[in-house]
Amino acid sequence: MLRKLTVFLMIIIGYLLQTTLFKAISLAGIVPNILLIITSSFGFMRGRNEGMIIGFTAGLLIDIFFGSILGFYAFVYMFIGFLNGFFRRIFYPEDIKLPMILIGTSELLYCFICYTFLFLLRGKMHLGYYFVHIMLPDIVYTVLVTLIVYKGILFVNEWLEEYEKRRA
Amino acid sequence: MGKRGYGRNIISVPGKYVFLILTILCVAMMLLSFTTDFVTGPFETVAGYIIVPFQKGIGSAGAWLNTRSENIRRINELNEENKELKSRIDELTIRVNDLQRDKYELAELRSLFLLDEQYSDYEKIGARVIGKDTGNWFSSFTIDKGSKDGIKTDMNVMAGSGLVGIVTNVGPNWAQVRSIIDDTSSLSGMVMSTSDNLIVSGDLTLMDDGYIRFSQLMDEKDIVTQGDQVVTSAISNKYLPGISIGYITEIQLDPNNLTKSGYITPVVDFKNLSTVLVVTQLKEDLR
Repeated sequence: MLRKLTVFLMIIIGYLLQTTLFKAISLAGIVPNILLIITSSFGFMRGRNEGMIIGFTAGLLIDIFFGSILGFYAFVYMFIGFLNGFFRRIFYPEDIKLPMILIGTSELLYCFICYTFLFLLRGKMHLGYYFVHIMLPDIVYTVLVTLIVYKGILFVNEWLEEYEKRRA
Repeated sequence: MGKRGYGRNIISVPGKYVFLILTILCVAMMLLSFTTDFVTGPFETVAGYIIVPFQKGIGSAGAWLNTRSENIRRINELNEENKELKSRIDELTIRVNDLQRDKYELAELRSLFLLDEQYSDYEKIGARVIGKDTGNWFSSFTIDKGSKDGIKTDMNVMAGSGLVGIVTNVGPNWAQVRSIIDDTSSLSGMVMSTSDNLIVSGDLTLMDDGYIRFSQLMDEKDIVTQGDQVVTSAISNKYLPGISIGYITEIQLDPNNLTKSGYITPVVDFKNLSTVLVVTQLKEDLR
């Protein structure tokens, strides 16, 4: 129960930061994707099921406030949480390289899905432009923010695991 | 590997089934929200009451800090400006008087012609921007007024005298606004000087430069030039007529030698949008 509440709170805080503070301090109009960092980290820290459910919640939140159809972002984030869950076996908390690679790759995948379904299908072909001006800064910025945020997420997760171990 | 200690009911289901169930749920929601709007209702209400109060708090805290630092920095600047503006007021008062006289005359002539004053002031509600789109692909934002304050879908949104966008989604205490620089936005505009119609569409590739694209302008006599004002046209079915969109900054002939296209610089500063005005008059009620 404590875990569910804490994670839900983290998603809300991530969402709030992303829509308010990070928009205000964005570099060249690009905002790092905190919700993706949370989804992806819980995916490889805790496995597929939790990654999926957290991704679904985060995506649904975006869908409600900013999506044109309900369910699109929910699916994309859930899918990313699911994929990251496969890497749980090779995850070690001390290692920062794997999280950075995984989150970077997830962001790339996320960008490509967004581009394909929301732009390519409307006939916007300039993949090169979008790649250089939107995707690349987005990925770099997100990975940089990961360095800071990931430590916090890891800390919260370890605290929760400790708590659960004591109760069990 | 040890089993996790919580949520036994989730653990017992293998990942692929959860994936399948959630996928079906997502697809069902997408289909339902395409065809009806009955699924979004409860979500909008619940999410609205969880998220919006926080966003309002952050928004007002940010605004407070911002005004504090601005105040200190700009006192001198403002004093100078104040002097300047005072002299401008005198100047403008004289002009206003002139215009007032013209206005009476216009009203008189209009009543003679039995024309309605349809371009006059629309009634507006002020609202604060409380959150901007989470991603980098679109530019929509949420405001702190919703259906409880009388906001409805398709209401036009302005800032100052210019068009910002349109309300696309309404919750009880919040509303989603899609701005005209958004890549999916497209509306019918009109060149003020010649009354020629054109299509104004947002474009992500131009967003950094602060432009929006226009196309389909028929201008055989080459009258439209740079600096001409573009307003919303009367034939649009969602946008009210006569709201200022921006000024033409670049214009060129299309390869088909018939129509012209180019860039418009919007009147509104979309980067620093904090308060907006929602026009409560709907276009569909106007007709």
